[in-house]
Parts: sequence; C-alpha cells; structure tokens
Amino acid sequence: MKNNTIFNFATFSLKVTISSLLIVTLASCSQQFSQEKPPELSAKISKVQSTKLRATGDMGVIIERATGQVKIINHSDKAALAEISGLGDLSHASIVFSRDQRYAFVFGRDGGLTKIDILKDKVAKRVIQSGNSIGGAISQDGKLVAVSNYTPGGVKVFNTETLELVANIEATVVPSKGMTKSGKPYRSKVVGLVDAPNNKFIFSLFDTHEIWIADFSAGSAKDDIKITKFTDIGSFPYDALISPDGRYYIAGLFGEDGMALVDLWHVEKGVKRILDGYGKGEKKLPVYKMPHLEGWAMAGDYAFVPAVGQHKVLVVSTKTWQHVAEIPAHSQPIFVMAQPDNRQIWVNFAFPDNNTIQIFNTETFELVKTLTPGPAVLHMEFTPRGEHVWLSVRDSNEVQVYDTQTQTLLKTLSMKSPSGIFFTNRAHQIGL
Amino acid sequence: MNKLTLLIFLAVLSTQASVLFSVTHAKGPDSVKVLTEVRKEQLIHMVKQDCGSCHGMSLKGGLGPTLLPEDVKDKPLLFLQNTILYGRSGTAMPPWKIILTEQEVLWISQGLQRGTFIKKNGANKQNNEQIAQGNDHEK
Repeated sequence: MKNNTIFNFATFSLKVTISSLLIVTLASCSQQFSQEKPPELSAKISKVQSTKLRATGDMGVIIERATGQVKIINHSDKAALAEISGLGDLSHASIVFSRDQRYAFVFGRDGGLTKIDILKDKVAKRVIQSGNSIGGAISQDGKLVAVSNYTPGGVKVFNTETLELVANIEATVVPSKGMTKSGKPYRSKVVGLVDAPNNKFIFSLFDTHEIWIADFSAGSAKDDIKITKFTDIGSFPYDALISPDGRYYIAGLFGEDGMALVDLWHVEKGVKRILDGYGKGEKKLPVYKMPHLEGWAMAGDYAFVPAVGQHKVLVVSTKTWQHVAEIPAHSQPIFVMAQPDNRQIWVNFAFPDNNTIQIFNTETFELVKTLTPGPAVLHMEFTPRGEHVWLSVRDSNEVQVYDTQTQTLLKTLSMKSPSGIFFTNRAHQIGL
Repeated sequence: MNKLTLLIFLAVLSTQASVLFSVTHAKGPDSVKVLTEVRKEQLIHMVKQDCGSCHGMSLKGGLGPTLLPEDVKDKPLLFLQNTILYGRSGTAMPPWKIILTEQEVLWISQGLQRGTFIKKNGANKQNNEQIAQGNDHEK
C-alpha cells in the first residue's frame, strides 16, 4: 500500500494557527484510493484533497467481512474515502475509536487487533493477540484497549499507543472441558466486554456463568488492577450491554429466561435478576442468530429489548426492570436501536427473515414502516444527531443511507459483504 | 470447444458424479434428486455466513465449536446430520429441518468432513471458484 502523506511542518503549523478555532483533528489528507472507485467518487475525493485537511468527526469505518477489508467513509458526503486490506477474518468484527477520533481499533474474529489511522488511510499497528476473539472496548481515559477472547478464554488489555500487552486477565478454568489443543486447561469464553466509568472494564464468562469487573483506576500494573467477580449470575451469558450513562451492566442469558443486571452505583448489592420468568409457557422458535445487546434502545423510561426466539420486541421499564409491554414484530429481532432523539426504534431480524427492517414509535409502540432493503440486513448506524441511518445489506453488497424522518432511501454505496458500521462519534460514548 | 475445455468439463463432471453417487448411495431412494449447482452455492454461502455467525466464517469456532475437517471427520456422519437437522437441546444449536432438506444436510455434513467450506486461500476465493465453475457449466 502506498502512502504519500508527508508532513510539511512549517505549512502545517501555519494552517493550525489559521484554523486555531477548529477543535477537530487536522492532517494532510491521503491520496490513496483503490482501483475500482467510480469516477464521481474520485471527483469527490479530489475536492476533499484540494483542501489538504480532513476532520474525522463525521467519518466512519465499515467492515467488509468476507474479504478482510474495511472501508473508511464520510457520512456528511455519504462517500467512501479509502479501503484498507489485510485485516484477517472479520466475521463478527467490531470497532472502537480513540478519543481523538483518529484511530479505529478493529477487533477481528481470528484474534487480530488492528489500529487503523483514518487520517492517513493506513494500518498504524496490528497484532494477533489470540486465536479467536469477540470484540473489545476502550478505557475511559483512552489509554487502554481491551479484547474479549474465546481462545484462550480471557481478556487481554493493550496500550492504545503501542499495542503492547499491559494485562492478561485469564478467565476461570472449566475442568469438565479438559485441555485445549495446545495442552492448556480450557478457560471460559469471554463475552459482553464493555468499558465503564472510572477506567473499568466489565465482561461476562460464558461457560462459568460469571460477571467480572476489572478496575484499572489505580493503574495497569499487575498489583494495581482490582478484579471483582460475581458468580452464579445465571446460565450462559452470551452478550451484554451497558446503559448509555454507564450505570447498568446487563447480560443476556442463553440457558434460561431473564437477564442479569449489575448496578455499578451499588455493586455491593450484587447481581439482580431481571425479566425473570419472561417467556415461560411460550413455545420458543428455533433461534438462528442470537440477538445483539449492544445498541439496546433506551428511550424515556423504557428499554426496548430483542426477545430471544420470539417475534417480539420487549418493552422494559428502566425504573423497575420489569417487562411492561411487548411489540409484535416481523420476525426474531437482532438489533433494536433507538435514533439519537429516541423518537423511533429501528429493528433488524434474524435469518431467514433478515431482508427486512421495521421502525416503531417509542411513545405509542405503533409500527411506523416496514422496509425491505435487501438480503441480509446486518447492522445499522445513526449519524450523530440522527437525521440519517446507514444500513449494511450484506448479500446485495450495499450500504444504504436512509432519511430517518421519512424513511426514504437517499443513497446506495457499493461495498463487499458489509457488516458492522461504526461512526467516529462512538469515541465519546460510554460502552461503545 | 477445444480439447482442453472438453477435458476440464469431463473432469468436473466426473467429480460431481462421484459426489452424487455417494449421496444417493448413502441416503437411498429418498434423495435421488440432484442438488443443483445454484443450490450448492446457496448452501456454501449459508454455511459460511449463517452457520458462521456462531462457528466462525472460517469455521474455526466461536460461541459454537469449531467445524474444521480435523475436528469433525471422525464424528459419525449421522451424528452431524442429526445435529444439523434437529439441533442440540441445552445449547444454542437450532434445528435446521424447516430450512434444509435431509439431502442438503447430508451434503453439508459431508462437506464439513471434506473441507468443502474452507479453502487455503481465504474465504472469498472459494466462492469465486464456485461461481466460475457454475458459469463453465452454463456454457
């Protein structure tokens, strides 16, 4: 990959002086673009180039899962800017951003952790940190990036600057699983890793039914890290989320009805079971894709939750954590996401009904519209103030941009098997 | 059609015939119907993308176990078929019988043991190869 970005420091500092009121990150823009860009796109890139500056606050990164690539995009221009290759197995890959919104940390399925410089359109650093991983989180102070691993089960924490290993938190051994192929005791898979206030990471142990809090507020030396463990939290936590204010950590349970909640303002109270008994006596349908909990919609006093194995969105009171209503939906929901203004929720669905999106009103719970964007709608991301939503339509190799108010299609961008869409404003949100 | 093309065509045909034979042989008269190339492509896509959401796109495992040939080749074929058709209770493995036919499940089970769904040169290459092969047949 060619990168011709050369800093002329005299020019650069002059520019910084001139534009000293800008709080965005500035840098010279890269001229690297891939071969198959359509002409109109190249024209757009040239226009951006002529300014020689690129702010990152309206940018994003989209996973192209089948080819191990990502696309860097701008959501004001609705344009693709660059493509980065060689990122390994990106099925189920996710991204967090550095607090200066310059670097994207990509968590691959094959244990790859890649730091991408979205100003220069290149890989800044890349390490293979495990055999099999499932997402990660960045600390409140932006100095640590943590990765949640299946093999070997545990959490590894890295310095965001250098990607050097800072801490290796090994998960609990599962004696019944014997030894791994490499002859070490099998440790529980770790899921639902998020950041929390006071430089903490919280995660769930799938095989041993635990929730752990790793507190890095005193430092990241071995003796400074404080780990709090909650055991018997419910069987097989498969994913988790943290409320946007960083107070509640909630893990979904595969092995039983209900969810496990930790109130981080009162950890002394332990884990509370919520939505207990929900679904009892109802015959569940086969689940071909487990719902995602990240992006759980919280609007007003309600949380909107994907039901497991049922064609419903559950409405939960965030005061009592009891289920207060349910919204019938097209199929089994995967992501239930609230617009930034919380006025509507957008829902996508599990295979084989994953060509559809439904939009519901959060006040009346009424269906606003049903869209069929195309085969395998995998993910949604709202622009920071919510006027647009981007949808990845994997099997038609498209990302579609909709107006959230009118639910009309504004633009289609061509991408290869797109999955996760991540905009840089996530850099400043707890739990994302 | 030149000689080389004819040879390749025949070679491809014979490979397919042998696959077909083993399918019909193993399953008896119920599955005499041939899986079309188009359907096979759909199944390959489904294994990678939809089985892949738990087992990993390269089948190295995720929340679900790895399905690489070295891990499944010694398992009885019937065990794999039953697991796919009926799911495994107490785990996240759902029954696929409302989506796949028994014949398709047999083809997938054999493919898992043979490594049909994983290729040395990356996940995407194989898809392209499959599509290219499909095109050859149409000519």
